Amino acid sequence: MATTAEAFEAHHDDHAHSHADHKPGFFARWFMSTNHKDIGTLYLIFAIIAGIIGGAISGFMRWELAEPGLQIMGQLVNAMGGDGSSFDQQGHMWNVLITAHGLIMVFFMVMPAMIGGFGNWFVPLMIGAPDMAFPRMNNISFWLTVAGFISLLFSMFVPGGPGGVLGAGTGWTVYAPLSTSGSEGPAVDFAIFSLHLAGAGSILGATNFITTIFNMRAPGMTLHKMPLFVWSVLVTAFLLLLALPVLAAAITMLLTDRNFGTTFFDPAGGGDPVLYQHLFWFFGHPEVYIMILPGFGMISQIIATFSRKPVFGYLGMAYAMVAIGVVGFIVWAHHMYTVGLSVNVKMYFTAATMVIAVPTGIKIFSWIATMWGGSITFKSPMVWAMGFIFLFTVGGVTGVVLANGGIDDNLHDSYYVVAHFHYVLSMGAVFSIFAGFYYWFPKMSGRWHSEMLSHLHFWVFFIGVNVIFFPMHFLGVQGMARRYPDFNEAFAYWNEIASYGYLIMAASMVIFFVNIGYALVAGRRAEGNYWGEGATTLEWSLSSPPPFHQFETLPVIEDHHDANDHISAKPATA
Amino acid sequence: MTFGDFARTPLQKLAMMLAAFSMIAAPALATAQDAVVEEAVVETATAPATEAAPADEAAVAAEAPAFEHFGADMIKGQPEAGGIDFQPQFTADGQFAHDMHNYLLMPIITVISLFVLGLLLWVIVRYRRSANPVPSKTSHNTLIEVIWTVVPVIILVVIAVPSITLLARQYETPPEDAITIKANGYQWYWGYEYTDNGGFEVISNMLTAEEALDTREPFQLAVDNRMVVPVGVPLRIQTYGADVIHSFAIPSLWFKLDAVPGRINERMLLIEEEGIYYGQCMELCGSRHGYMPIAIEARSMEDYNAWVQAQGGQTREQIAAEAAAAAAPAPAAEEAPVVTGAEAAVPAAE
Repeated sequence: MATTAEAFEAHHDDHAHSHADHKPGFFARWFMSTNHKDIGTLYLIFAIIAGIIGGAISGFMRWELAEPGLQIMGQLVNAMGGDGSSFDQQGHMWNVLITAHGLIMVFFMVMPAMIGGFGNWFVPLMIGAPDMAFPRMNNISFWLTVAGFISLLFSMFVPGGPGGVLGAGTGWTVYAPLSTSGSEGPAVDFAIFSLHLAGAGSILGATNFITTIFNMRAPGMTLHKMPLFVWSVLVTAFLLLLALPVLAAAITMLLTDRNFGTTFFDPAGGGDPVLYQHLFWFFGHPEVYIMILPGFGMISQIIATFSRKPVFGYLGMAYAMVAIGVVGFIVWAHHMYTVGLSVNVKMYFTAATMVIAVPTGIKIFSWIATMWGGSITFKSPMVWAMGFIFLFTVGGVTGVVLANGGIDDNLHDSYYVVAHFHYVLSMGAVFSIFAGFYYWFPKMSGRWHSEMLSHLHFWVFFIGVNVIFFPMHFLGVQGMARRYPDFNEAFAYWNEIASYGYLIMAASMVIFFVNIGYALVAGRRAEGNYWGEGATTLEWSLSSPPPFHQFETLPVIEDHHDANDHISAKPATA
Repeated sequence: MTFGDFARTPLQKLAMMLAAFSMIAAPALATAQDAVVEEAVVETATAPATEAAPADEAAVAAEAPAFEHFGADMIKGQPEAGGIDFQPQFTADGQFAHDMHNYLLMPIITVISLFVLGLLLWVIVRYRRSANPVPSKTSHNTLIEVIWTVVPVIILVVIAVPSITLLARQYETPPEDAITIKANGYQWYWGYEYTDNGGFEVISNMLTAEEALDTREPFQLAVDNRMVVPVGVPLRIQTYGADVIHSFAIPSLWFKLDAVPGRINERMLLIEEEGIYYGQCMELCGSRHGYMPIAIEARSMEDYNAWVQAQGGQTREQIAAEAAAAAAPAPAAEEAPVVTGAEAAVPAAE
């Protein structure tokens, strides 16, 4: 490898030694950061903390659902300062948990990890840029996200339910009129404000990524030579930029309906609750692709690296993501099949939704074709990536079932839907996050994790999440509704199994944290390109961790490179 | 309560929350307890309806004939313990959809998933480094890319045809003489309004665990007043949300329609067999969202009419007769009563 970090460092040793590695003091470095790698690290730490909280909440939920009857809601209400003997307050407590779990996992775990964390860290590295286009705006994006998270947590400690019980119990969708006339107290206002802050942060972040990717690619790196992870972040940034303002408008209307007497969603004043759902899902459906597209990008990098082959059908892969992004904007009402749409509308959304299966299928098959003929090593990122491909396929095909408006009449808002979206998110998105984490952790930290623990983490997590979520398909077809704290005995069998699955999954997370701890304390030092010849993108030309400022002399992408992920870079000669 | 008060007291409780978080592992304790005793049901006799006089067949007059609700033996639509398939379906559309799911969608998605799994296992075995030390450099193959684009399209078309057919069937307009029943969603119970039978409303609340045990019905599905409907005739089911959005859902009838404030949703329902069909609210509606079940009792038309009268409503025949009587003494108005006359003619033909 002629293009490893040594070559680079040697090159600007003469003038840049103090510059490239000069780090500000602790407070200035971590609280006033303008460095994309530090901000990426902050995002990752933030996502892990949010993931622990959101995961703990789901632990309470599985505990509650372990058997029929109300188990722990009373104690939780008491712990929150309410009246645990009140049936209404117990039910509200449950709704607070599902709301917090959904919002935290979507806005404060998956999105910060994928876009804020890996996007910030590796988009500039992969396109050969010294940093993001707007470093200070990058910092604002992060701290707005933190402020949003604090606002959401705060909403759990202010009144929002019957009898002044605490928390917002509207579900993550915040449907009117439950979220307007149906919820007294400031909790829902804080939850809405949280989405405003996180959304503003994401819009700024999206602007930053688009500007960076369009303007700061190294000489010779055309759009069609960009690594697929960069493509995925670019498409994601456009989705964010187009979808989030609609959410902002919708929840602002909620706020004015709640506080200033408007009636956007109140039929008594000529409004319509279904309007809110249209606005929400016009954002909400692109949002699910926002959560998975960067994962697609990471999986492409990882599969290519460990197969020692360029990605199969690079252009098809890139434009499949573009197609998914475009079609993702015109399928939103499949979340609303039962609100009373007309038959023509349902037919359209059924057909349009099924179309998404085509570009998604192209991606799945292209990943397999990338491995086909390869020389595969099963390092931890590759194992997670292969787990992703299978589980995302399983989650994807149940999506094809749900796409049928007529079939959805029975499955809508049932556990089948819960199973479906956890297969694509809790397994799809999260598996890709872990794959990316193990792929890049030594690059980011300079230290090796334990491959043995990473594999163990994979297998325990794989078994755990399947035990949790596969039985939910059965519960769904049997008619168990979402968002129920309690159920008829007929549903007890599979719910109990799902709750045991949670324990398995929780055990795997212990392995994960032990692994990180081990790596940071005692991990071996990682070299620049520790995955070897398959790892061809520009971040592997740098040391691990990369210098505080990189690419002060821009790398030049050679012309003969062949429109796929195989990019060989050489530092420009001065 | 001032802002400081509600900010302070819960924050003190944060420590307890943290302690609770550390107890994530505790679901084991909860699941270790025995499931609710099921056998207790057996002995409980259910005041089984002392043989009331069989309804005198001829007289559907002012005197309301006796009506008895079905007992637990007539339960048809309910979840099955540990079940992995849909509940049995008791509407034609439900059977169509159930078949479409079981014989078209399930095979397709199972084959696709196994196909992908098989390919993954194959590349794991065949293209691991020890089996294939030198990777190929192939990164394009137009033919295979066309195939894996076109084949999924064909599969989707195969799915779309019955899917669109199903939608069209579900949205058939109810005939004019369909019986209209309006399901009103309230926080947190249902009210069934019989607009074609005098407009009375039946309020339906969930039975407590003890009451459900008494009637040998499933807890959290059983209600005090069921929604009684005639079997075998088209029903015009309307839904309306009185406060927030609810959803009127009965899995064994493949029926789900949101009850939205400010709009009336409408769908046709034709139940094929007498029996009891349970459902639940399926749109988050607040604290007791999980405790507002639905129970439909489908009865013969005679039984239905008897029940309607027992509720203080009127059968269609009675309404038609009244309308005719009202029209009779005013023969001058020849044109105006034609509408009523036509309506009256339909049930009269039975």
